[in-house]
Amino acid sequence: MSHILTAFPLQASYFIATLLLILGLKRMSSPRTARNGIVWAGVGMLIAVAVTLVYLPGISNLVVPDGSAQRLLLILFAVVVGAVPAWWTGRRVPLTEMPQMVAIYNGLGGGAAGAIAAVEMYSGRAYNGSLAFPIIAVIGALFGATAFGGSVVAFLKLQSWMGSPRIPGRHFINGILSLAALALTLASIHPDWVSGLNLSVDALVSIFLGVSLILGFFVTLPIGGADMPVVISTYNACIGLAVGFEGFVVQNPAMIIAGTIVGAAGSLLTVLMARAMNRSFLNVWFSGFGDVAAAAAAGGETRTMNAMEVRDAAATMAYSENVIIVPGYGLAVAQAQHKLWELVQMLQAKGVKVKFAVHPVAGRMPGHMSVLLAEAGVPYDLIYDLEEINSDFANADVALVIGANDVVNPAARNDKSSPIYGMPILNADQAKQVLVIKRGKGAGFSGIENELFFGPNTHMVFGDAQGVITQMIQALKEV
Amino acid sequence: MTGFAALYIFLIAAIAGYEIVARVPVILHTPLMSGSNFVHGIVLVGAMLALAEARGPLEVSVGFAGVVMATGNAVGGYVSTERMLEMFHSKKEKA
Repeated sequence: MSHILTAFPLQASYFIATLLLILGLKRMSSPRTARNGIVWAGVGMLIAVAVTLVYLPGISNLVVPDGSAQRLLLILFAVVVGAVPAWWTGRRVPLTEMPQMVAIYNGLGGGAAGAIAAVEMYSGRAYNGSLAFPIIAVIGALFGATAFGGSVVAFLKLQSWMGSPRIPGRHFINGILSLAALALTLASIHPDWVSGLNLSVDALVSIFLGVSLILGFFVTLPIGGADMPVVISTYNACIGLAVGFEGFVVQNPAMIIAGTIVGAAGSLLTVLMARAMNRSFLNVWFSGFGDVAAAAAAGGETRTMNAMEVRDAAATMAYSENVIIVPGYGLAVAQAQHKLWELVQMLQAKGVKVKFAVHPVAGRMPGHMSVLLAEAGVPYDLIYDLEEINSDFANADVALVIGANDVVNPAARNDKSSPIYGMPILNADQAKQVLVIKRGKGAGFSGIENELFFGPNTHMVFGDAQGVITQMIQALKEV
Repeated sequence: MTGFAALYIFLIAAIAGYEIVARVPVILHTPLMSGSNFVHGIVLVGAMLALAEARGPLEVSVGFAGVVMATGNAVGGYVSTERMLEMFHSKKEKA
């Protein structure tokens, strides 16, 4: 590593940048300061990148003495190529699709960590010092590349471009891939160990990265979409660690500290998320949740649901005193949160007391639904947590369930054989009347039948959330 | 930076990271995950250094891909986090 990187202004700037990144992250963990936390971190990042750019030509000069200007242009070109699509998609994608975008932006960081390791190994720089360097470079690359492959699958699943195919012998395939990745990890740490294979370091490292990528792909493939938040969060932690490791390889303290902090914070966040969803971390990664759910769904006999016309449902609510709305993913996919707020304001004008009951994992990620409702302009004092509102359902005249399923499934309370048994749920079934807006008669995201929909005081309003709510607003204007 | 100095940094950073999220409310789980995703976008600095020092077409093309991906991480992470947090103009402070 060249002496240029130890220049005082550079090191001082990295110090300030690192401080801002840590303080920014700290601020993001409290609702009061969260909004400017990202700005603090952003300023820190900007300082680190700008200062690095200033010193880059000097570094390139040592490698390509007559081409350092072109090299700087190439780097700036790469920045533009990466920034434009990320900026464009990040700005334009609706908030409902944010989870998969987070997955892909996250995965890109893992790919970048893998690329740094690759360059350091291709060039031989990683092998120049003590054995610690290639060990850390290779392990970081393994984490980064595997998490990159997995994040792509998470993106494809959340985007509904890919299901959860049951590949015969997937445990066998994953076993072989893991062994191959392990062998290649060892070989890449010290290529002399496999000198008998006559593989160049370039080829060895490329195969290693390719296999790691495929491993991430296959490991993530069987995991159901409902568990994706935990998966994305796990990869976030892995990539943080990979960045910290590669920071050690390129001797950059900002990368070491920021990466390690994300690795630790991300690990804890993963556990907290899994707990909020009542899923254990190990279960998400190694169990066949999908298999159990499919079996449970297949066993259910056909019963009848009570259907209700949209205008009748609207009138029922208009003449109630207390209404609790339980929004779920169906609301989010239909982009109906704005229409819903319009409906609620009309009900309020008629003197109906309306509250929103938001389950911690409503939507696709913990906290996702709060963000969507806030986007539509719903004030926070109408939004209640599970613990705050569960005792209120018994006093509610109507519980309006919109596109939510598993989070109101009484099976979680009283059916020990159910895969979701023990998950905290919203007690919508205790309301005097339950209205459910649902697209079809099928089971929910987890594939589990919902007893609530067959209840004596439950009425189903079939249709897309956006359409049904629009019709309800129409109906209310006429009442 | 020699072995043990790096190890101490690693240790303290890990504890700091743990403390930062130890008491985070559920509504901030997703924005915070997105925010920490942005923070590891600092990988861009390393990717730029790697490309600056790359020799030959293989190193240059992999280094180029690294800078593109790292920028995608940093920019996408910033924009998505900012958009999520924009929604937190709360009237009632929830702790």
